[in-house]
Amino acid sequence: MESFKNALAASIRQSRAFYGAVALLVIIYLVYNILHPHGFSSAVLVQNANEMAAIAFLAMAQTVPVLLGGLDLSVGAVMTLTSCIASELVHGSPATILFGMVMTLLSGTAFGLLNGIIVVYGRLQPIIVTLATGAIAIGLALFIRPKPGGEIDADLNWAVTNSLRDLVETYHLFNPDAGWFAPVAWIPVPLLALLAVAVLVWIPFRKSVTGRTVYAIGSAEGAAYMSGLPINRAKIAAFALAGFFAACGGLYLAIQTSSGNADVMQAGAYTLNSIAAVVLGGTSLLGGIGGAIASLVGACILRVISFYFRIVSIDPLLQPLIEGLVLLAAVSLGALRTLRVKNNLDLFR
Amino acid sequence: MSDKTSAGMPIIELRGISKSFSGARALKEVDFSCRSGSTHAILGENGAGKSTLIKIMSGVLQPYSGEMRLNGQQVRFRSPSEAARAGIVCIFQELSLMPDLTVADNISISDPPRRFGLIDGRAQRHRAEALLARIRCEDVNPNTLVRDLSLSRRQMVEIAKALGMAPRVLILDEATSALTSRDVETVYGLLGELKAENVASLFISHRMHEVERLCDTLSVFRNGSHVDTFMKGERSPAEIVRMMIGRDVEAHFPQKPAPRDTAPYFEIDSLTWENRLKGINLTVGRGEIVGLGGLDGQGQKELLLALFGVLRGVGGEIRAAGTPISPSSPHAAKTGKTRIALVPEDRKTEGLMLPMSIADNLLAASFDRVSSGPFIDSGKEKAAVEEGIRKLQIKVNKATDAVATLSGGNQQKVVIAKWLMTEPDVILLNDPTRGIDVGTKQEIYKLMRELADEGKAILFYSTDYAELVGCCDRVAVMYDGTITTELKGSAINEEAIVAASLNINTQSAA
Repeated sequence: MESFKNALAASIRQSRAFYGAVALLVIIYLVYNILHPHGFSSAVLVQNANEMAAIAFLAMAQTVPVLLGGLDLSVGAVMTLTSCIASELVHGSPATILFGMVMTLLSGTAFGLLNGIIVVYGRLQPIIVTLATGAIAIGLALFIRPKPGGEIDADLNWAVTNSLRDLVETYHLFNPDAGWFAPVAWIPVPLLALLAVAVLVWIPFRKSVTGRTVYAIGSAEGAAYMSGLPINRAKIAAFALAGFFAACGGLYLAIQTSSGNADVMQAGAYTLNSIAAVVLGGTSLLGGIGGAIASLVGACILRVISFYFRIVSIDPLLQPLIEGLVLLAAVSLGALRTLRVKNNLDLFR
Repeated sequence: MSDKTSAGMPIIELRGISKSFSGARALKEVDFSCRSGSTHAILGENGAGKSTLIKIMSGVLQPYSGEMRLNGQQVRFRSPSEAARAGIVCIFQELSLMPDLTVADNISISDPPRRFGLIDGRAQRHRAEALLARIRCEDVNPNTLVRDLSLSRRQMVEIAKALGMAPRVLILDEATSALTSRDVETVYGLLGELKAENVASLFISHRMHEVERLCDTLSVFRNGSHVDTFMKGERSPAEIVRMMIGRDVEAHFPQKPAPRDTAPYFEIDSLTWENRLKGINLTVGRGEIVGLGGLDGQGQKELLLALFGVLRGVGGEIRAAGTPISPSSPHAAKTGKTRIALVPEDRKTEGLMLPMSIADNLLAASFDRVSSGPFIDSGKEKAAVEEGIRKLQIKVNKATDAVATLSGGNQQKVVIAKWLMTEPDVILLNDPTRGIDVGTKQEIYKLMRELADEGKAILFYSTDYAELVGCCDRVAVMYDGTITTELKGSAINEEAIVAASLNINTQSAA
């Protein structure tokens, strides 16, 4: 117990930014629900979760290259590409639906893998490689789907974008009104999907040697090399994982909208927002510090800020301006730590 | 017990190893061998090829010509991890720790304990605890981030990490240079244990007394060639030094002026900061070299940083020529009425911009002196760079080469030359001879005395007590954030400094 307390205290001390982000999210989301006429209802939560899911997946995607000390400018484009692929494949019999989903995720992972291979063996900067491959991804997406459209299984759309109860009901898994089920029946499926991916993919990755190597590279690449770590493998894995998370976002977006749309503007906006979410979560753009769960929180903060525009009447023309100011204020919170620094040299380490 | 077995088999053998860097020969046809169970010192000036040699052995550098045998088997390592798997583990001078990971993560980084394929945090922590206990660092919590440790603790973590790889050949490259005296003793003990376990230790150190005490075999390198290998006691220290530098050295330290009273010029009055500086009173006169002694981490570094305007919330007063000054940043310290210069602790991160050229680094603190209006005047720039290189006799190929291409001693000379260009009145030196060769050290001692004679006030922190004895007019010994003892003239000797450092002396000179 004592050691657990110490470990928790150490964890809070070492990840102040993360705990700060969690506290900020809790506060602004509570206030939002208080101000909202239908606050604290399952319906609002489900709607919000749907709006958060894609950007949350993308923020997780962006996190991995950022931990290396790089940036992936292709995540939005890969999401767009994979959503177009999904809109071709995810319908028909249950088997073909499943196959389509797997293929969608695999194609995104493969695209990320390619990014990693080019970065490592081309000895190029991630930012410029992914700028180029992002454009290629958009090109492929336009090729697959020149006009918005496509088809997604309707049951799937319904089941995935609503509460857990609706999922159970749609697929007749068991009696959705069973007493034991009631306490969890209200949970939105997109939220569960996010948590499942975080727990089943991110946490094992973080605890693997490859994942640890990603952190080591972002922290001090020379030292990582001198420690005999598998640098190349870790970098390639990091980009592949980013591709996988982006594909999760793409698959979700396709299911949510029941279609694919090779929207260039949307891809760019998602990429930039993913970087903002990563920073809001407390991950250092210099690499080595942070994590995908933190970025998930960051993405939620980013979205909740935009929710406020629905309940507070503000001229829509002013919305981008205010969003920018709020974002700036939020990231400034992270700079508060510098006020505590007594040795100015620490600011540059 | 240790029956003097000179009969240990050669565990590692090099034959005709040569290596060049962009045309310059770093190693020339080197034959070298090292026996298991021996503690083997490699001596040589900077640029003698020691670093290149160990980098080849530990798989960092390739390709090279010649062959290497490990236990009689020919080997050629393509990466540090291959060498480590074969049992050759190197503790490098540049620390190989990841600052943002915990101590436990770092120690087990290359082969962490796993459960179901995932890293087992608990096992990893226990492993770190065991290894840290072996080197008497129980005070280091395995959950701390390496970033939050002092340099000397980091070095110990580095040693724990190397031990965890179960080395058969352990290479220590200046591994004790950042350690506290207590840790140094621990490392000495550890080397004895490893010897008993038949591990070969290859030891690079610029501290002769360390080599004398620890090593049974010595090899001297000069200009990329292996000069000789001999058992301890076969050569006198003077002979060894001669082999290293290829010329005779008479005095280690320049002649000190007779003890005298110098009027205080730079006065430090009741200086406090956080809980690290607890009311420091010290004066330095023009023409005086005042040494800062004591065990590592007693506030010496913080004192220098406070004087250079790096720390916030410093209490007390600093006066120069009777006028109070309060530098708020290095920029303010360097451009104030009384100009202050600091040669920082870590030349690789605080002293130099490694990828930039030698010329740019030399000018980095004094661009204003070589510019006309907003632009840098290339004529003035060239003259200033040449002057700096000449004055400190920095061995450079071209001034436009990256400073990273220089050897450690020459890099340190660049840092010093950079600060001399600002024409400082007060020079603060933070362990300026750490990890550099004997020849360069002597040049630095000589330069310090010349600068003092020009009227500069010099405050000199060193972890090497012999240096303090040899160079300083006065020595202030620090203990737990205060100056406990000030030694003067003939009272400056190693015994007195050691006694004061441990705060065990009774006859404090008030």
